[in-house]
Amino acid sequence: MNRKLLSFVLRRLGHTAIVLVGVIIVVFTLVHLVPGDPVRVALGTRYTPEAYAALREASGLDRPLIVQFFSYIGNALTGDLGVSFRSGNPVTLVLLERLPATLSLAAAGIIIALLISFPLGLYAALHEGKALDGVIRAVSQFGVSVPDFWMGLMLITFFSVTLGWLPPSGYVPLTEDPLGWASHVLMPAFTVGVVAGSIMTRYIRSAVLDVVGSSYIRTAKSKGIKHRTVVMRHIVRNALVPVVTIGGIQMATMLGGLIVVEVVFAWPGLGRLVYDAVLSRDYAVIQGAVLLIAGMFLLINLLVDLLYAVVDPRIRVS
Amino acid sequence: MTQPPVAEKPDRPPSSEEAPVASERTSAWRLVLANKVTLGGLVVLVVVVLAAIFGRWLAPYGINDVDVTNALAPPSAAHWFGTDELGRDVFSRVLVSARVSILVGLVSVSFALVAGVVVGLLAGFFGGKLDAIVMRCADVLFAFPVLLLALAIVAVLGPGLPTAMLAIGIVYTPIFARVVRASTLGVREEPFVKASVSIGASSGLILRRHILPNITGPIIVQTSLSLAFAILSEAALSFLGLGVQPPDPSWGRMLFDARGFLGTAWWMSVFPGLAIFLTVLAFNLVGDGLRDVLDPRHRTAIEARRVK
Amino acid sequence: MSANTVIDVQDLRVRVGAARIVNDVSFKVERGQTLGIVGESGSGKSMTVLAATGLIDAPSAKVSGTSMLDGQNLIGLRRSKLEKIYGERIGFIFQDPATSLNPVLTLERQLTEGPEAHLGITRRAARRRALDLLEAVGIPDPEPRLAAYPHQLSGGMKQRVMIAVALACDPALLIADEPTTALDVTTQAQIISLVRSLQERLGMGVVWISHDLGVISGVAEEVSVLYGGQVVEHTAITDIFNNPLHPYTQGLLRARPYLGGAQEELVTIPGSPPDPKNLPKGCVFYDRCPVRLDSRCETELPPLTDVGDGHLVRSFCATSGGENVRNAWEGTRV
Repeated sequence: MNRKLLSFVLRRLGHTAIVLVGVIIVVFTLVHLVPGDPVRVALGTRYTPEAYAALREASGLDRPLIVQFFSYIGNALTGDLGVSFRSGNPVTLVLLERLPATLSLAAAGIIIALLISFPLGLYAALHEGKALDGVIRAVSQFGVSVPDFWMGLMLITFFSVTLGWLPPSGYVPLTEDPLGWASHVLMPAFTVGVVAGSIMTRYIRSAVLDVVGSSYIRTAKSKGIKHRTVVMRHIVRNALVPVVTIGGIQMATMLGGLIVVEVVFAWPGLGRLVYDAVLSRDYAVIQGAVLLIAGMFLLINLLVDLLYAVVDPRIRVS
Repeated sequence: MTQPPVAEKPDRPPSSEEAPVASERTSAWRLVLANKVTLGGLVVLVVVVLAAIFGRWLAPYGINDVDVTNALAPPSAAHWFGTDELGRDVFSRVLVSARVSILVGLVSVSFALVAGVVVGLLAGFFGGKLDAIVMRCADVLFAFPVLLLALAIVAVLGPGLPTAMLAIGIVYTPIFARVVRASTLGVREEPFVKASVSIGASSGLILRRHILPNITGPIIVQTSLSLAFAILSEAALSFLGLGVQPPDPSWGRMLFDARGFLGTAWWMSVFPGLAIFLTVLAFNLVGDGLRDVLDPRHRTAIEARRVK
Repeated sequence: MSANTVIDVQDLRVRVGAARIVNDVSFKVERGQTLGIVGESGSGKSMTVLAATGLIDAPSAKVSGTSMLDGQNLIGLRRSKLEKIYGERIGFIFQDPATSLNPVLTLERQLTEGPEAHLGITRRAARRRALDLLEAVGIPDPEPRLAAYPHQLSGGMKQRVMIAVALACDPALLIADEPTTALDVTTQAQIISLVRSLQERLGMGVVWISHDLGVISGVAEEVSVLYGGQVVEHTAITDIFNNPLHPYTQGLLRARPYLGGAQEELVTIPGSPPDPKNLPKGCVFYDRCPVRLDSRCETELPPLTDVGDGHLVRSFCATSGGENVRNAWEGTRV
């Protein structure tokens, strides 16, 4: 590894660490912003003095603020996110239980998004101004504007209620029954995939257009190499640099987008967990889930930055 | 070898600093209107805004007129969009709900606009430590997916319309801050700004006279696109039951209520969803049209971070 | 068309919408000869060569006329046919070496892909050829350079690599589109002498585009002056300096400062080049001409006329008025 790359990697790691600390501070602060007493609010109608005292102690909210703060950071970094206000189970376990469902849905969604966006974006850019380019741009604009939960409802209406082809909701673990998983994941993954794919189509199109108009592509053409080689070796390689970035952001954003889609399709992932926790005011679970999702977001962005260095020699080689 | 004399541009008449900006803007508007797609988007927007303003008086039925004997009736001459499970007129409710969507969009985006422009302008212009701190804060806020952050804020402050507006406003502030900062950095390096600095103009004057007028393009574009996504965010929050509270109608809430009737009353889910879709699409089309004219190279972070 | 003619362009026209970018331009290049094309930015000089070689980028551009190379008309030729000509028969060097090389590919890849496609040689043979090429364009110690990326080279080095890319398959014609404009003066001189020496060795014809008559005088035997997408004057390079006939050419020469020596007043040409969407009906230079003969110059397009020894000029003054035009800019002050 040369010095330039090393310093790049270290800089990105440092940046991620700083932002992660900021994220933990925000998440810690959340519960303290609740007007009134969060434990009281969380207990609601179940309030008894005993339950109140027990939960206060279990959540550590009885200790001085500064102690809470540092112990929260320390615990979070060692993987201890406290106990659920509702069930009393460790939050970390609750999150880990939900993680596979969310990850498998996100993976299926991003695959669909890539399958849609890459060929369409590339084709539209290479045929700029032609009829099909117009169609692709229009359809991707629709995809960007459609509310995903509404699209989910429409898919259920059509494929489950009317045609009866696919189960309207529910989840089967991939490891237990791959086919059952696939039939359940198809509609939610398509929903998130179409939205993310539409946005990525637009980005890929403009990234490729930028490259196509550049001077080095004219050079490549002037060498008389095959058009296919110009496209694959010169255009796609260069367009990959911005596309990697937007792909990463999309993947990370999808984590947030899954909340609504998981609610629509009763998919028992992290998004559904956050939603239930918000409804039941289970602040420890909200904190944990928000922290986990933001952490995954940072991790993906870090990986994207490193991938960037692989794709672009200007970052890698001094 | 001599330098090219030929490329020398002939002297132009000296022009005042404001003149090019103003004339660019008028011709920009003409260009925007010349695009048929953008014009279509604008027409839809006008309709939605009219519905938002006059919907209450135009609606053929009261939004909460319950008529159980006529519940779940399909679209007809009396009820264009059918009726819901309580026999309420779906058309009237869709019409009146435009108000909430536009209101939330305007209030939350105004919040984000003002906060983001102030922060981004100062960070971009003064740079240094202030810039570093502001941008790290923006990075932290960016680490939370939009809807997740909005949900967390709603969880803390409790559901309802004001919370939803505040949450969406906070979520979009860093996006404006980034766009404004990036544009400011660009303009700050322009010769006319450097010239102003060199003759000792005050920072306040430079910001008002030179920077702000020259970054309005990206801000206008960002505003239009943000309105689209703010409306989507509000719909999503209301769909989750955390935005507008009953008995007030909203498109997202109507979809939430329609979930139990997907097989029996398709009209309950189709029309409110279509209303969201068309409104968001219109803002996006107008934003795109504006961007093509005002800011061709920057499709900003907003699209990447759209709310799910 | 003689056996030595490399490219023969006749009546080339380029239209983009209502804009008349290139208007009836003709030129011919022989083996071993260099034609200079000079003009202001916007005079249509780049468009002329891009259109003549079919390498035009704008899909909306309409090109007519003929451009004969090896018995084929390049205008309207299919992409698959053009691919066989580019690189092998025509090499190109472009203005800005910083953006003309692909930033994410190694020099080796960029140097070998042309020969691999045209000469049917293996990657290894192409690599050896790339080494020879880098040496030929004066890059010291080329071996480790093959693995380098463009951003690791200086501007002058990049342009040398571009020349190596352009000459990788010994083309018969080299198109050099302002290849020295983005370089500093000493590097300019090096690049010019490099191209000249390679031209002597390989015997190719060269079309060299520049806005700088100084550069053109260092490379070309003949020069065409372009204005408003038209050839306004064409002659041998010595003639252009000793006996310029078109008022525009004279203006160009008078606008060049000389180092040292007492000089006549430096003159600029007032006004700006014509808008290709709205070209004058008569002479394209009418608006800016100091010696225009009113009605005729305004309404009638002067023909490109041979005034002897192949000296072509498109001006009524130069062909009929005679003497007064020799000092067209006398006494003008701007």
